[in-house]
Amino acid sequence: MHSAKKGIVQGRTLEGFTKAQFFVAGLTVSLVALLTATAQAPLATVNSPSRFAVVLDAAHGGDDAGGSLHNNQVEKTYTLALSVKLRSLLMARGIQVVTTRESDTTVNLDRRAEIANHANAQACLSLHASETGEGVHVFVSSLTPAQPTRFTAWKTAQAASVTRSLALAGVVNSALQHAGMNVTLGRTSLPTVDSMTCPAIAVEVAPGQGSDKKVTELDDSAYQAQVAEALAAALLEWRTEGRQP
Amino acid sequence: MIPRHQSILFVVLLLASLVMGVLLWQTLERAHRQLVNGADSTPTQAPAVATTEEATLLVANDSDNSLLPQVHSLPLPADSGSRARAVLGKLLDLYAQPDAAHPVPGGAASVAQVFLLPVPGGSAAPPIGHADAAGPQLAIVNLTGNFVATHPSGIETETLTVLSICGTLHANLPHVTQVRFLVDGEQRATLAGHADLTRTYLAAEANQIADSRP
Repeated sequence: MHSAKKGIVQGRTLEGFTKAQFFVAGLTVSLVALLTATAQAPLATVNSPSRFAVVLDAAHGGDDAGGSLHNNQVEKTYTLALSVKLRSLLMARGIQVVTTRESDTTVNLDRRAEIANHANAQACLSLHASETGEGVHVFVSSLTPAQPTRFTAWKTAQAASVTRSLALAGVVNSALQHAGMNVTLGRTSLPTVDSMTCPAIAVEVAPGQGSDKKVTELDDSAYQAQVAEALAAALLEWRTEGRQP
Repeated sequence: MIPRHQSILFVVLLLASLVMGVLLWQTLERAHRQLVNGADSTPTQAPAVATTEEATLLVANDSDNSLLPQVHSLPLPADSGSRARAVLGKLLDLYAQPDAAHPVPGGAASVAQVFLLPVPGGSAAPPIGHADAAGPQLAIVNLTGNFVATHPSGIETETLTVLSICGTLHANLPHVTQVRFLVDGEQRATLAGHADLTRTYLAAEANQIADSRP
């Protein structure tokens, strides 16, 4: 009885720890949790200067075939082929590439944006193809530019990056024109691009037309390679511009 | 041997079925008569012929991703909703022509209805019957499912269709500042796999594109 009373007076528990020890341990755990949370938040938003990643989103896939193209080809097949080709070119140049799909699978629009946002990339390209128009169409989100905030709405997440996206579109435009292709620039509202937080553009490849008015169809492998090379060159240029002070 | 109570139940159910059949037949006949009476096509009122006016249409061109204003003369009703439908019908008729620079099948019948409402959160709603006299309005364009199903797929072509509709509405009904789209009365994610149809479009977006052209 005496020893028990003494134990309480001294602050000892049944496990043999003092109240002070419990307090210190709790404080330590809280501090560690706080430091972990604060350390993770900047990681999600601040880019490492040495890491340059690109997200390639081959539009459509699986149940969603996309538009009908020349020679019974469908858009999902074309975009996947272009994505694979462009990925190879970029990886050969030491650029880290994240793709939204690697095969003919269905990936919904929100999931594509989720993949892009998790990648914390410096450029996101949504790849499309169409039989209408000519050359390459480069689109930036039509959202009004806004200041970055800690919490952004999912459907308008791109608003904070629109200015950078316009700059990226300018670099891509220059590279494509340098490769001798007709380019049209525009603004549009695509659900996937509007939810991306990286500098993002949609690239829509249409049949090419040379100076002799001869039409180059989308299934021309040389034309596809030319587009992929030009886009790879643009992204290299974008990486160089991003490293400038 | 069938028990007596089951025989009685069978007869009662049979009679009930017959009675219900007769009632159903009578209801059907009555509904048919009402339908026929309602569809009386006897001309009892002279059609009001709308006066021909000039309307500005923002016509899309796929080759250079442009929207160019064109002035056309067409009969325009006085009512704003009918007027909006008339100008959009003319615009889509242009797109349905074989030599169109922005080919889209369907024509005028592709616009089922256009509803005009005060912009939510805008100025005070106009009095009933005076929807034209007030501030900014939201146009809800109800497209037909057939139009959407046959629309060419692509970012450029879909965006041009959406923006030309928005710009044409604003050019002829300046109070229309926002546009939303429905397909057969329901919301749809995209026009033909690309252009977002769930958001509210600002009519000024189309005019910016048209104004930026040389």
